[in-house]
Amino acid sequence: MACAPSSTTSGIHLPDSARDLVKILVAGPFGVGKTTLIDSVSEIRPLHTEEELTEASAQVDDLAGVREKSTTTVAIDFGRISLPGGIVLYLFGTPGQERFRSLWDDIAHGALGALVLVDSRRVDASFDVLGLVEESGLPYAVAFNAFPDAPRHHTEEQLRAALDLEADTPMVTCDAREKDSSIDALLALVQHLIDRHPPEHR
Amino acid sequence: MTGRPGGRPLVPAYLSTGGVARPSRPQLERLSVLTGTGEPAPGDLPAAQLALLEELDGGSLTVVEAAALLRLPVSAVRVLAGGLIDRNLVLARAPIPPAERFDPDLLERVADGLRALKHN
Repeated sequence: MACAPSSTTSGIHLPDSARDLVKILVAGPFGVGKTTLIDSVSEIRPLHTEEELTEASAQVDDLAGVREKSTTTVAIDFGRISLPGGIVLYLFGTPGQERFRSLWDDIAHGALGALVLVDSRRVDASFDVLGLVEESGLPYAVAFNAFPDAPRHHTEEQLRAALDLEADTPMVTCDAREKDSSIDALLALVQHLIDRHPPEHR
Repeated sequence: MTGRPGGRPLVPAYLSTGGVARPSRPQLERLSVLTGTGEPAPGDLPAAQLALLEELDGGSLTVVEAAALLRLPVSAVRVLAGGLIDRNLVLARAPIPPAERFDPDLLERVADGLRALKHN
């Protein structure tokens, strides 16, 4: 088996050194740049799965009392970064509408935390995502994806107030197209996770 | 591994599991690691299970990666993998080995690894 050198990044198979597989959600509304961010740091071309969403229809007055169910699918993108020490970090692009709640819970299971991407031109489009993240109890950081025509007149305090963020929730700006910038945003989240868990149990 | 060009999935999702809706291994997570045992595939193996087994020829894959390659929902791959595990054709392990699960240094190691990545 595994005849390819473990340093290869073109293959999809896991390197032999892979031991601890962890995941971070990259959450945000459609079009905010989730896949762009994942693509900028992933060692594999981002893949996606087609996930089924089973939703109860809005009809409640049918005669038999049987609710019709309709099934739609949504594509969930993900990427992968192999880190030294046998850690493999997966990034899952997760849409944030309320109707994705059951899918959200499945993807969020075991996640370290969430990086919530926000478009400062459409801050209100991220309210649903933030609601889902907070309800799931997942620790998170907020990253504004820097679109060229984004308004620059908002102060950090104004943005923080608009999103109703806790004082200790990290808020950074990134360019999701740039690898180093995306990594900095991920680092802001991971540092927040470390700060929440002081190493008292050693 | 063979690249699979775009178009129809290899097996339609609704047929892939032979009508089985629940995996025999409910603990399979998206990031559970699937590895072929190297046992020869029996001749009566359902096509969808064989397709999954063949994806593992070149090495280990997570459940979600196998789902993406086979163009099947994660739920279907959980069922297929469960069937292969039951027949000792595939081994599955948790995303993090139990002994490492509460490693207090894990987050630090993730941060160090990400920082190292920036200077490449």
